[in-house]
Amino acid sequence: MSRLIAAGDVEDLARGCALLGAGGGGDTSVGRLMMLQAIGDFGPVTLVGVDELDPDALVMPCGMVGAPTVATEKFESGDEGARLRQEVERLRGEPVACLMPAEIGGSNGLLPFVWAARLSLPVLDADGMGRAFPEIPQVAMHLAGISPSPAVMTDERGNVAVFRACSGAWLERLERATAVEFGGSAASTEYCMTAGEARRAAIHGSVTRALGIGKLRLGGEGNLVDELVIRAGGFILLFGKVADVERRTSGGFVRGSVVVEGTGSDAGRLLRLELQNENLVAFEGGELRACVPDLISVVDVETGDAISTERLRYGQRVAVLGLPCDPLWRTEGGLGLVGPRAFGYDLDYQPIEELVDADR
Amino acid sequence: MPTGEYRIGVDVGGTNTDAVLLDLSGEVVAKAKVPTTLDVEGGISAALESVLVASGLDADRVSHLMLGTTHATNAVLERRQLGRVAVVRIGAPATRAVRPLFGWPEPLRAALSAGEVIVGGGMELDGRELAPFDVEALRRFLASCASRLDAVAVTSVFAPVCADHELRAEELVRAELGDCPVSLSHRVGSMGLLERENATVLNAALQGVAERVVDGLQRALHTLGLDPVPYFAQNDGTLMSLDYARRFPILTIGSGPANSIRGAALLAGVADAIVVDVGGTSTDIGVVARGFPRESSQGVEIGGVRTNFRMPDLITLALGGGSLVVSEDGRLRVGPESVGFALPEKGLVFGGQTFTLTDAGVARGRMHLGSERLPAWCAGPAGEALARVDAEVTAAIDRMKLRRGDRPVVAVGGGSELLPDEIPGATEVLRPPHFDVANAVGAATGAVSGQVDRVYRFPSGGREQALEAAKEEAGRQAVLAGADPGGLSVVELEEIPLAYLPGGAVRLRVKVIGPLPDGASTSVPSGSCREGERSR
Repeated sequence: MSRLIAAGDVEDLARGCALLGAGGGGDTSVGRLMMLQAIGDFGPVTLVGVDELDPDALVMPCGMVGAPTVATEKFESGDEGARLRQEVERLRGEPVACLMPAEIGGSNGLLPFVWAARLSLPVLDADGMGRAFPEIPQVAMHLAGISPSPAVMTDERGNVAVFRACSGAWLERLERATAVEFGGSAASTEYCMTAGEARRAAIHGSVTRALGIGKLRLGGEGNLVDELVIRAGGFILLFGKVADVERRTSGGFVRGSVVVEGTGSDAGRLLRLELQNENLVAFEGGELRACVPDLISVVDVETGDAISTERLRYGQRVAVLGLPCDPLWRTEGGLGLVGPRAFGYDLDYQPIEELVDADR
Repeated sequence: MPTGEYRIGVDVGGTNTDAVLLDLSGEVVAKAKVPTTLDVEGGISAALESVLVASGLDADRVSHLMLGTTHATNAVLERRQLGRVAVVRIGAPATRAVRPLFGWPEPLRAALSAGEVIVGGGMELDGRELAPFDVEALRRFLASCASRLDAVAVTSVFAPVCADHELRAEELVRAELGDCPVSLSHRVGSMGLLERENATVLNAALQGVAERVVDGLQRALHTLGLDPVPYFAQNDGTLMSLDYARRFPILTIGSGPANSIRGAALLAGVADAIVVDVGGTSTDIGVVARGFPRESSQGVEIGGVRTNFRMPDLITLALGGGSLVVSEDGRLRVGPESVGFALPEKGLVFGGQTFTLTDAGVARGRMHLGSERLPAWCAGPAGEALARVDAEVTAAIDRMKLRRGDRPVVAVGGGSELLPDEIPGATEVLRPPHFDVANAVGAATGAVSGQVDRVYRFPSGGREQALEAAKEEAGRQAVLAGADPGGLSVVELEEIPLAYLPGGAVRLRVKVIGPLPDGASTSVPSGSCREGERSR
């Protein structure tokens, strides 16, 4: 049951992707405009479910790799997707049937639509993360044993680089270094696969989920709680005000912590978020309240827009939300790749539903 | 040349034009409030004349004049008097996925665009060329719209890192079009190409408005025999020279609330407080931190266009002295409609027929004005209306605080007597003298400032060097804006690390202020902005 993604859907999708970015994934404001222009110039994009594709059809996951800050200054020419597709088709000797967001969180949830509109290709209602993660191999396809190679990167000038890496970790190193040479960000595709493989190797329904979440508007605290629980299975961790932000860079990543001080009915409570590009762990009074791979998102209480870790500032009035991750990430393999210890936190993963229940 | 004893601050608001005349110590000698007029000079002349007459001083004793004005804001909102802008982006082949002015309200775009182009060029984050600057493409574009343009706006990719291509474009415009105003993005906004481009285009479109205001002001001064050194108020609560204002009219947008916040702090003698400015139609709640208005961390929309230049952080409530108090289906409603400037005719206490918040204030003994006795039925609704005001203001004050703990609240503006004497979360409610002209006082007492907001890379332990370079550039901007090079000090320094960029790149925001050049003292609330830099 395919559906068309038209100009009227862009705002919802962008809001949903921002929230699923869990603080990372890159600012969606430019992606939103790129998508509106592409749909305006080339027409709406067809969103397909995996069951509508021939099992042998080639799926091309894609997005941007590099620094989100660079992408707000030097963004796409719009032709990058065409070059990725051309190179993949040359390497594989078969046509690309559809694009797929490698990462639904942040601007990478929107970019495949910018390219798909130009290419008149559909987009698969799926992604590799169900959220945003910092590294290329932190995707469902990696767990499913799909090869990331050959991976292709291109910049706005027309440079194309092909990688055949011996592991996901090597691909991460090589692509990251190449992105720096390209000027800090570049377009890329990894883990190309057939629709048959995608059936078990991707996280499905991601685009529909983002659209549903993006439709939510803040109409008072109670309203949002109910809507989130119904639509996304999520929880409100705290309503409050950003009271302290401590941020630093190390190894090219933003790290730090943020304290949110409860207001209104949450007055007197303090929630501390640990962040590394994304919001990864939430503590309250030394107790764990939520942790990666579950999603922790901070939204502006007035607009309902998600606030990325780079934009968190003193004094913002926010709601901190917790959303359960895809069940795939809760397996042993999933937690090994993206659990708290994969990010250097010495603690065991506990599902957000249990942490919230224990609190009640 | 005037003898340097007095200065005048003027604030042109939507309804009223306020003026104050201050002596060297910052004491208010005279003040005036007159209706704002459509033409530039009318209201300003009337306000200047009133304070001069009230003070009984000779015109030649006024050495400085500071003007805060909403002309630029209104020109954008009403799409009046905007110049035609040739919009140039240097960045192809990158950035073509979003055209210049894409997503703008169509009427505004139609009112100010003389044409848009993306030419080859721009920089990378590390200062390398993204692509060679396509001079020929720019020349062709300028020729195609030369007959209909009033100004040129140039935005190049990563101009906050390296502005070479913007500077070369400016040279080309000078060579091709002569003395045409050119706005370069690296002087207007910071990182974020589209928001910076939007701000630069608005700045270019406002050049003519700035000229008209400057000319109008100069004519008004001439007519009154005044010969002060004139300054314009900026939206960070500081001042700039007329020449600087001609080039950067966009910096006047938001200067009204900024002046009011700064003036309130000065009049109350505090450097850190929450300021509540109650006007006729609306109430602005802002924060003064170390003597300056706190800036908004979010991008701001002006006339439906997203920009990223600095603005004071404000919460605006639709409550003021003229707000209507209406009973609807047994429920009481306060605002958002207001009788505005017609309050002295329409309010019940003035013999009119409309129940306003001012009437409620008088009924409950908070305000003392007008002459008419209020009907007995007023008492109940008046109490309820004021309770509504108290609750909304209290909530907004709490939302503006940065940290836990009570803060002093300074109440200013013509309608501020509506506010209660005690507010939860406030250590005290300060009602300084001359609270009704705090904005004009703020304009009159500003220092001159310069600011940079750029990305710096430092390969090997060069962080200190980057900081020095940023401070130096901010100081240079302050001097360009009219500050005395002798008394510069850094009042704000913020480092924002950038993700996914190994090797150390940082966005630095630095603000430097300096005194007015000929020694006229700039009154600064005690313990405020002279205490060196702030880092977070």
